[in-house]
Amino acid sequence: MDLMSIKQISPDQVIFWHWGPISLNATILFTWAVMALMVLGSWLITRRLSTDVHLSRWQNLLEVVVNGMRNEIRDISRQKPDPYLYFVGTLFLFILVPNILSVIPGFITPTASLSTTAGLAICVFAAVPIYGIMSRGLPGYLRQYLEPTVFMLPFNVIGELSRTLALAVRLFGNMMSGTKIVAILLAITPLVFPVVMHALGLLTGVIQAYIFAVLAMVYIASATRAQQQTKREHKNNERKGENS
Amino acid sequence: MESISLIGMASVITAGLTIGIGAIGPALGEGRSVAQALSALAQQPDEANRITRTLFVGLAMIESTAIYAFVVSMILLFANPFWDYVVSNAGG
Repeated sequence: MDLMSIKQISPDQVIFWHWGPISLNATILFTWAVMALMVLGSWLITRRLSTDVHLSRWQNLLEVVVNGMRNEIRDISRQKPDPYLYFVGTLFLFILVPNILSVIPGFITPTASLSTTAGLAICVFAAVPIYGIMSRGLPGYLRQYLEPTVFMLPFNVIGELSRTLALAVRLFGNMMSGTKIVAILLAITPLVFPVVMHALGLLTGVIQAYIFAVLAMVYIASATRAQQQTKREHKNNERKGENS
Repeated sequence: MESISLIGMASVITAGLTIGIGAIGPALGEGRSVAQALSALAQQPDEANRITRTLFVGLAMIESTAIYAFVVSMILLFANPFWDYVVSNAGG
């Protein structure tokens, strides 16, 4: 069967290589594999880009992916997508690729480990204030915590922390449950049914990657957007004042 | 009763109860949201893109409560700290 036994709920527990305090577990190994695959693949594809009418099949694929991400980000944040594309797009692809690869027998998706998902969620946790301060300045960003009234300050802070936890546990729970259900079904009805659940796991994996990226984008947009809305209102008011 | 069998029994029963009860709320919530989204789609087919996207995001957020229950029950079954403690004590 797979490398993981039923009793192990995290690929962190599958250890390939051990040397003193350093151990190489399945999460690290497969994360490296996915990173190598993505870097190598994008290098191979972007090596020969063409602006011609005839483009290679792979360049077409990448253009569709990047364009789709730009459109989604523009729809969600109602801002120019470029500053967010690198972060959110990387998150999306880095979750999407291993989730899709998890149908390959023997491949344990690193997103089924709480360490990976917690790392990604912490990245989002750090990116929200960075983007917020970049677009609104430090006082503007901090004022957002006092937004309705001062009494909401603790709830805003708790909300910030709990949504990070929720991001991590949601992705971990979904991917872990996918692999675990397949493992349990292999023990009960090993003939056809695990294949169906694997296909369902493919769907969940894609949706979860999408959800993670969308939620990260929504959080970042909520930290950056208010300023621009007030600016726009200000402009509208000025225009009205000019007209009257 | 021995503590080892007590802990085993309690974990198994609680794991079943956790996922069983924990799935009720999200199931009702998801059913409601899908029904609302379907009626919204029937009324405004032009807005299909936005409605579907919001539906998916909402479903994932509702579903995450069920996932939390599932994670807790998996921990109770496969990575129970009390069970490990008792087994390691019994083993030596």
